Amino acid sequence: MPDVDPEFLDLPYRRLGEAALTRARQLGATYADFRFERRRKQNIRVRDRSLERLTDSQTVGYAVRVVHGGAWGFASAVQLTPDAAAATAEAAVSVAVTLAPLNSEPVELAPEPAYRGTWVSSYDIDPFAVPDNDKVTFLTSINERMLRTGKVAHVDFAVGQVLENKYFADLAGSDLVQQRVRVDGDFTAARVDDASGAFDTMRSCSLPSGRGWEHIATAYSYGAEADEVPDLLEEKMASPSVEPGHYDLVIHPTNLWLTIHESIGHATELDRVLGYEANYAGTSFATLDNLGTLRYGSPVMHVTGDRSMEHGLSTVAWDDEGVAAQQWDLIRDGVLVGYQLNRQMAHKQGFGRSNGCAYADSPGAVPIQRMPNVSLQPAATDVTVEDLIGGVERGIYVVGDRSWSIDMQRHNFQFTAQRFYEIRGGRLGGQLKDVAYQGTTTEFWNSMEAVGGPSTWVLGGSFNCGKGQPGQAAPVSHGCPAALFRQVNVLNTASEASE
Amino acid sequence: MSAADPGMATLVERALALSRADDCIVIGSEWSTANVRWANNTSTTNGIGTGNQLHVVSVIDRRVGSVGITNPTVENLESIVRRSEAACEGRPEAEDFMPLLPGTGTPPHWADPVGSPGIGVFAAMAPALGDAFRRAEAAGLRLFGYAEHTTSTTWLGTSTGMRRRHTRLDGLIELNAKTADFARSTWVGQTTDTFDDVDVPALYDHAVERLGWAETSIELPAGQYEVLLEPSAVADMVFFLYSSASAREADEGRTVFSRPGGGNRIGEQIFAPSVQLYSDPAEPDLDVASFVATSSSSSFSSVFDNGLPVGRTEWVRDGALRALFSTRHWAARDGGEPTPFVANLIMPAAGPDLAEMIAATTGPALLVTCLWYIREVDPQRLLLTGLTRDGVYLIEGGEVKGAVNNFRFNMSPVDVLAQTVQLGTSAPTLPREFGDYFRSISMPPIRVERFNMSSVSRAT
Repeated sequence: MPDVDPEFLDLPYRRLGEAALTRARQLGATYADFRFERRRKQNIRVRDRSLERLTDSQTVGYAVRVVHGGAWGFASAVQLTPDAAAATAEAAVSVAVTLAPLNSEPVELAPEPAYRGTWVSSYDIDPFAVPDNDKVTFLTSINERMLRTGKVAHVDFAVGQVLENKYFADLAGSDLVQQRVRVDGDFTAARVDDASGAFDTMRSCSLPSGRGWEHIATAYSYGAEADEVPDLLEEKMASPSVEPGHYDLVIHPTNLWLTIHESIGHATELDRVLGYEANYAGTSFATLDNLGTLRYGSPVMHVTGDRSMEHGLSTVAWDDEGVAAQQWDLIRDGVLVGYQLNRQMAHKQGFGRSNGCAYADSPGAVPIQRMPNVSLQPAATDVTVEDLIGGVERGIYVVGDRSWSIDMQRHNFQFTAQRFYEIRGGRLGGQLKDVAYQGTTTEFWNSMEAVGGPSTWVLGGSFNCGKGQPGQAAPVSHGCPAALFRQVNVLNTASEASE
Repeated sequence: MSAADPGMATLVERALALSRADDCIVIGSEWSTANVRWANNTSTTNGIGTGNQLHVVSVIDRRVGSVGITNPTVENLESIVRRSEAACEGRPEAEDFMPLLPGTGTPPHWADPVGSPGIGVFAAMAPALGDAFRRAEAAGLRLFGYAEHTTSTTWLGTSTGMRRRHTRLDGLIELNAKTADFARSTWVGQTTDTFDDVDVPALYDHAVERLGWAETSIELPAGQYEVLLEPSAVADMVFFLYSSASAREADEGRTVFSRPGGGNRIGEQIFAPSVQLYSDPAEPDLDVASFVATSSSSSFSSVFDNGLPVGRTEWVRDGALRALFSTRHWAARDGGEPTPFVANLIMPAAGPDLAEMIAATTGPALLVTCLWYIREVDPQRLLLTGLTRDGVYLIEGGEVKGAVNNFRFNMSPVDVLAQTVQLGTSAPTLPREFGDYFRSISMPPIRVERFNMSSVSRAT
């Protein structure tokens, strides 16, 4: 396990926490927590052969959250003195008092033991220890590789890196130090037909990871993909436009992770079910009366939630309410069996204990219920992508995520991809263009006939999943195998545009 | 900043004085915010917060190093300046390098402290909201929503003597009303600088009136419909269009504004003749910063343009594209003038109000309150997909007949504005989807001849 960054350990988080929690207790808070955070971020973007930007930023701050008089109060600040921390606790109490008339449900939290400990995520190379110029050289060389083919007019390569440190303490005695690292990098190539004005783009199928710089440098094969994309994009632009209709789909994990995220991950968030997101992100069709009975998908569907898998973007040892990381089933044998919880909801709905899904995206943000790593489990025996394609008479093979959209109760979705390949008689053909697949969540997952085996399983995810007001961005992973779906509605997007 | 520190304006000056770079840009910002959220007729999360950030951008031999930190102090300032200088070493030259703009002198109020109302900004709104909760409870309804207020100040200083400062008050309130079974849902939202103009009972009455319209439920299939888009829905579609209006990307052949054979479509009649679009940082009730302030370069802006005045810009006149946003670097390629991105957008129109537009509708037509989850499907056509949300109504014979199921649409904003046959009266509005990022926007309701509702959504 890497060490916690000594620069973070030098910050006065514990002293500020003691000052804040002491003041909160003096003012009559029945619950109080103190969360101190430092986030280092670096974003790099190489546009064609030029460095467009390389920015380093660091955010340091803290927040005090209280329950006072049965109501929540929250305040955040950046001044690193005990007096300021105590004043922030006072401000949190004053918020609870001011807004108490709006509160009709006294806040109660599910119990959780107090913990003391330190945890660091699993990575090999601290991205902030790699010389910037090495990074820029790497990105530029990938762009150059594609540009020199003459088949693409432009390439943009962007990399984001985050080092996140948190300290959590509460009145119950928890004292937790955590450090996480994550990286995201992808390139997008653009091909332009000057004469006709036709253009299209193709993005790498790389996905963010809870790893260090090794994910960019070696774990993902950017070079090999860069050698393929110019030809693939040329082929795509010359490919036939899809005939709309119903097709069997074999969906690669680089696309399926996003369908899981939107139609399962968000749909099983209990705060959505209870209406806490009704004004913004929306609600969910997977209501409490469906728990244990809803036939979400076919019997081969087994979906887990966890905050513990190695390299998961949502992986922690304790969440932002001090709850220890867990793993649990959300969908078993195709039936809805679980939700994502925080301590307040766990108590209110009688779940007993939170499964640790509270997260705040910055020192100034309130922890809200956010998604754990939500993953579709593979078949027990190995089933390859070729095996899945072999079972399709007329269908489409879907690779790489692109456009995504789903309604506010998580029923109706539409996705596109980086590449769609025709399948005829169990064999893979050439690319198709102008393709989107559209569906309704439970019908789609009930059409899943088979899942691939462990060899097809890929850990995908999102660096910036949006939710909440004020808006917060959370990183989250989704592992899944390739899977076969029968008779999914496929649109021709060119026809949609000209309707 | 610690209590002993002298204020952001002074820290900006000190950072500039510490610089050993060829050029230096320092951008300081401070903000304070208060928010409250509610669901099921009770508050949920809430909070207040303060924050700050200082960015130092050094330029050495045309190379750029950009470093930002929270909580700058006299003590840590030099280390930040040196880090940004060290970051320049070994980097490639910036493609968008331009000499920094000359100084403007120090503006009045440069170093004045910034006040903040804190949670007190909701002092009048909170009791009214509590009353609304009680009215809703008595009526068997559920209220959900959010209110936020932020005061933010930006200080910009450069080694060439540029000094700019901008303070902004910015707020919003959203009210979503549902029946207890969640089968009917309506939404109303508005932007506000101070909350003095927020009339919670009026917002509640509006939401409840729309729930009344929904007592009759009508199922309609996917297809092409004439639609009346309310201002929030117009704002989301037009903002997506605006965010695609980079001159560079268009000239490079990769946007809907690219001209086949090269160049862009400026001058081309793309939209209906009744469509006008402009930005103006001095627009009443929608005022935004009148200068460029950025710590990094992108398709939207260049660090070398910091301090560049932002003025009134006409993007569309009588349906013809008049401008795309460009940096000084990109504009200089053909000797043109830069057109900075402006953080507000206005579609001027003085047509009928929405009630008059409904009354003039023979139909069948759909009234669409707002849109959601809008994403690009095809960049060539700027085809977007998304959902209708919280209020789609059938209009026939000049009347609202009832609420219709939601739809997924596939539609380009280019086609929306090309097929616009009537504009109502423009007013500031809150874009339901993109209001997090861009809410200084004034749009009218518009009538669109054909709108592609691609499929039915069961969401209510």
